[in-house]
Amino acid sequence: MERNLICLGIEGTAEKLGAGIVSSSGKILANVVKYHSLVGGIHPREAAQHHAENMKATLEQALQNASIGLGDIDIVAFSQGPGLGPCLRVAAVSARTISLAKKIPIIGVNHCIAHIEIGRLLTKAKDPLTLYVSGGNTQVTAYTEGRYRVFGETLDIAIGNCIDQFAREMKLGSPGGAIVEKLARSGSYFELPYVVKGMDLSFSGLLTAAIEAAKKQKIEDVCYSLQETAFSMLVEVTERALAHAEKKEVMLAGGVAVNRRLQEMIALMAREHNAKFLVPPKNVLGDNGAMIAWLGILMYDSGVRHKIEDTMVKQRFRTDEVEVKWR
Amino acid sequence: MIGKGAEANIYLSGERVIKNRISKAYRVRELDEALRKTRTKREARLISLARRAGVATPFILDVNNPDTTVEMSFVEGLQIKKMLNKASKKDRLRICREIGRSTGRLHSNNIIHGDLTTSNTILAGDKIYFIDFGLGEVSEAVEDKGVDLLVFKKSLRSTHYKFEKECFKAFVEGYSREYKAYRDILERLRIIELRGRYFTERF
Ligand SMILES: Nc1ncnc2c1ncn2[C@@H]1O[C@H](COP(=O)(O)OP(=O)(O)O)[C@@H](O)[C@H]1O
Ligand SMILES: [Mg+2]
Repeated sequence: MERNLICLGIEGTAEKLGAGIVSSSGKILANVVKYHSLVGGIHPREAAQHHAENMKATLEQALQNASIGLGDIDIVAFSQGPGLGPCLRVAAVSARTISLAKKIPIIGVNHCIAHIEIGRLLTKAKDPLTLYVSGGNTQVTAYTEGRYRVFGETLDIAIGNCIDQFAREMKLGSPGGAIVEKLARSGSYFELPYVVKGMDLSFSGLLTAAIEAAKKQKIEDVCYSLQETAFSMLVEVTERALAHAEKKEVMLAGGVAVNRRLQEMIALMAREHNAKFLVPPKNVLGDNGAMIAWLGILMYDSGVRHKIEDTMVKQRFRTDEVEVKWR
Repeated sequence: MIGKGAEANIYLSGERVIKNRISKAYRVRELDEALRKTRTKREARLISLARRAGVATPFILDVNNPDTTVEMSFVEGLQIKKMLNKASKKDRLRICREIGRSTGRLHSNNIIHGDLTTSNTILAGDKIYFIDFGLGEVSEAVEDKGVDLLVFKKSLRSTHYKFEKECFKAFVEGYSREYKAYRDILERLRIIELRGRYFTERF
């Protein structure tokens, strides 16, 4: 690498707006995240409105934290998908504007792969099987021959969405995931629907059953059983994919990965298979701009160039669509 | 021990395969026991049903050790996963067509495999044996049959990606030959795939 390039990454797939600045040596210079507070679920248009209103301040804050000016940015990257159309468009338009105004290259990146790559950077994982769990996504992926292949994924709602919806329905307050995790610590187990299809999962029946059960059972017990059931499903498909893909490392990624019980369960499973367990630091687990910037650098360095016409948002951008040229 | 699947240890004793679903430290005891028992019993029952429906499977010899061990006959052959990418195009398509036919036969008897992948199909002689029915069930639901096809399609995509299209096409050829209602199932498969990809619905 001739020069240490600096990339600005803009994340805006869902309710979070992020601006991150990363250098090509892998140093995170800034990582600012702003939330659109969720009242009764996410409204794509309202979230997009939030992102548009906060974009300028978020970018300025990131530049200030990195102690640089917009003129020092060499590349601008943005989350091109998958995500909510209106939110994606705000990030894309901002990135295009910066690219055109400053005459710097623009790179559209896949949000799910960004989670994996920032994890690899910070945990030093070489070739992990990744369980990526968030409010919008649930995927088990591994790299083989030029692509991140999806071994398992949810057939309906994401695990984070399942827990959040439960918390909302029970009026537990926010953030739902953390509250459910805390309540679960003093709960005990009863049976809830456990649905695994091959390496795919389904959480919608579990969600309905948990809400129903809460009419009779103690809330602590419902939280505990919901977590135990959902996480066992996740660990089971991860385990099956690990055997299938024959990897030696298991990495967690995404907002739900902060859950201690999930971490403990994955760690136990990994140990049984003599695989190394890795989890990136908390500040890059949730959606953030630094991961977008880092993937932007990896792609740029491997020769990827996007024209403005290539930067249309992709609401259903699949992980296995991307040709991985940097590995 | 001849194999260690994700959930079971497999031993060979003479002509017998002993499949023991092992306890997992990561999950609570009640759930762990319930899963191991129901799956072992289901596996034995569904393998027998599948055989009666004319699909090649091992035959069940015994279920024991508080219901977490099943004994069956040994199928001497090669996992499809291990040979499909190396096979000639002609063989590859023939095999996928054959897997499709057997799946059609299962579905016309309302048998759902539950984990239909190239790891759970064995080529022995010119026959393809189906194993590992622990996630299966008996169901008439179009949705369950659609998901079975999706699981197979995805195993092609993740492990035999170069041949996904041609293999799945051959699979569907065989499937439609054996199962009259194939159109409904394929249509549902399309809907399920769209559902999974429709990101906004996940919030
Ligand atoms: N009856 C059998 N004959 C021959 N090989 C078998 C038989 N049953 C299992 N195996 C081998 O063991 C592996 C794991 O068995 P399987 O029933 O698929 O368990 P798991 O649920 O752990 O995947 C199979 O992929 C196959 O190679
Ligand atoms: Mg198997």
